Amino acid sequence: MSGATTPRRPRLLPHQRARLLPTVVLLIGAFYALVPVAWIVVAATKSNAELFSTFTFRPGSGLFDNLGDLFAYGDGQFVRWAANSLLYAGLGALLCTVISTMAGYAFAKYEFPGRTGLFYAVLAGVLLPGMTLAIPQYLIMTKTDLVGSYWSVLLPGLISPFGIYLARVYADASVPDSTIESARLDGASEYRVLTSIGLPMMFPGMVTIFMLQFVGSWNNFLLPFIMLSDEDRYPINLGLYTLLAKGSGEPALYGIAIVGTAVSVVPLICLLLFLQRFWRLDMISGGLKG
Amino acid sequence: MTSTTPAADPAPPPRAPRRRATRAPFVLLAPALALFAAFVLIPIGYALFLSTQGLRIVDEGVFGIRDEVFVGLANYTQVLGDADFRAGFGRLALYGLIAVPLTLGLALLFALLLDNASSRARRFSRVAIFLPYAVPGVVASLMWGFMYLPSTSPFSHLTERLGLGGIPFLDGGAIYPSLANIAVWGGVGFNMIIIYTSLRGIPGELYDAARIDGCGEWRIAWRIKIPLVAPALVITGLFALIGTIQVYGEPTMLSPMTSEISQTWVPLMRIYRDGFVRDDLPLAAAGSVILAVGTLLVSLALLRVTQRRAFGGVR
Repeated sequence: MSGATTPRRPRLLPHQRARLLPTVVLLIGAFYALVPVAWIVVAATKSNAELFSTFTFRPGSGLFDNLGDLFAYGDGQFVRWAANSLLYAGLGALLCTVISTMAGYAFAKYEFPGRTGLFYAVLAGVLLPGMTLAIPQYLIMTKTDLVGSYWSVLLPGLISPFGIYLARVYADASVPDSTIESARLDGASEYRVLTSIGLPMMFPGMVTIFMLQFVGSWNNFLLPFIMLSDEDRYPINLGLYTLLAKGSGEPALYGIAIVGTAVSVVPLICLLLFLQRFWRLDMISGGLKG
Repeated sequence: MTSTTPAADPAPPPRAPRRRATRAPFVLLAPALALFAAFVLIPIGYALFLSTQGLRIVDEGVFGIRDEVFVGLANYTQVLGDADFRAGFGRLALYGLIAVPLTLGLALLFALLLDNASSRARRFSRVAIFLPYAVPGVVASLMWGFMYLPSTSPFSHLTERLGLGGIPFLDGGAIYPSLANIAVWGGVGFNMIIIYTSLRGIPGELYDAARIDGCGEWRIAWRIKIPLVAPALVITGLFALIGTIQVYGEPTMLSPMTSEISQTWVPLMRIYRDGFVRDDLPLAAAGSVILAVGTLLVSLALLRVTQRRAFGGVR
């Protein structure tokens, strides 16, 4: 996509000239963030013997053995866990994004009785520790016979008070009231306004919500930990945790857990790198100027 | 279908007529509210109910049958009367005093630098600093755990080479900064993105005006950017605080590596033990309610203290 790059400005203004200190501080931050990721990637290349005997950042020789062990473990259980994670996180985040966007747009662009109260209720939902909800959610799932099923993990993940909050912020910032008003004057229905004007303008915000929710579900440990008992329904991180828990008795599983961790982190990083091309945060201010 | 374009009227209608009443917002909100009720409100109600129940012997016969009965606030007095539970809050506070200011301070710093046109490598840094967010907390704890453990730590490896001896990451009081570091590592990127998003929403004209008036970049950051993103700072502060109160996975993962972390090290670990190791769900529910109420009180206190500054500064 060579044509899509923004043209370079011919001359930089004084405040745009490169300066050393801010750049260095940013790079230190990036280094701090990347060190443990580098560690897990390097550790994945080590055989079990090398793991505890060689300097941590020296690559080992066991990568392909580790990978082979990983995919052979439990008749390919790892692949199953990955597919489950994709279901919980992918489908869950997609639905959650749609639900949050609709709600956030309603909060931002309509005045209706109870708006402030409802929004504060949503914000209060953000404030609750997840564990507080996890135990009662577990009990309610038991009552409805859903515990242990895919639904028990998928359904609670569809509501994200934070996603609704973000959607409201994005709708406020990126969908001008005047545009909505003129569409109404032209006779568009409320839903037409949302789908033809609101959603395209909020798209970068929606990508962001999707990604946050996807990562949140992918990383959610407590909910599946409480809800699921069948290992075949585990998401990937719960599977890795069980490997580790068993690993204390069976050191070979440590190596599998570490290479599994590396393999599970890499797709997320790729997703992040891919989505951040669409996830144009700068469009928020752009929409207002247009 | 050409709609008549309203000509630039010198005398516009007195005031735009009040928006027509429409059901649209309720239709749009319905799925979110239904799920909110099912997975937030009802569970809260159930937790409150459960916290007043207790397993007691109800049948006086030879085979005492244990059943759930109403016990009032007995669970609460039991939890609050437990010195270890209260000590858990103390440990939590110490941990939070390190983790929260560091997370927020670094997030704000990086967000401002990302928004500063004179920084280079911004795109790379943004993605790199945000990357830890994609690493599950359980995995992050494991990675840092190995990096703390004397036998595998690259840092201790270096200091030993220099003849300084290993770094006792997991001994004594060092456990607090070590644990806080995991939270900071995982949390900075997320909060940075929230603040950065907010910074991008500020119209650039404001800065141009300030620059014409001879304002330096640091002054712009301090006088314009930070006050304008104050609401985002309050929100990120809240998230950091709530995340702190919920801390569970990190100490749990590190506990096999050190004797400093007990089974009841922070309140949530104790609640989990009550509920799922000891099978006393009512006691766990009472602990959860206390923790939730505590979270709400701390959050509201924070909002109250910051409200005037956050929302008053914009006007």
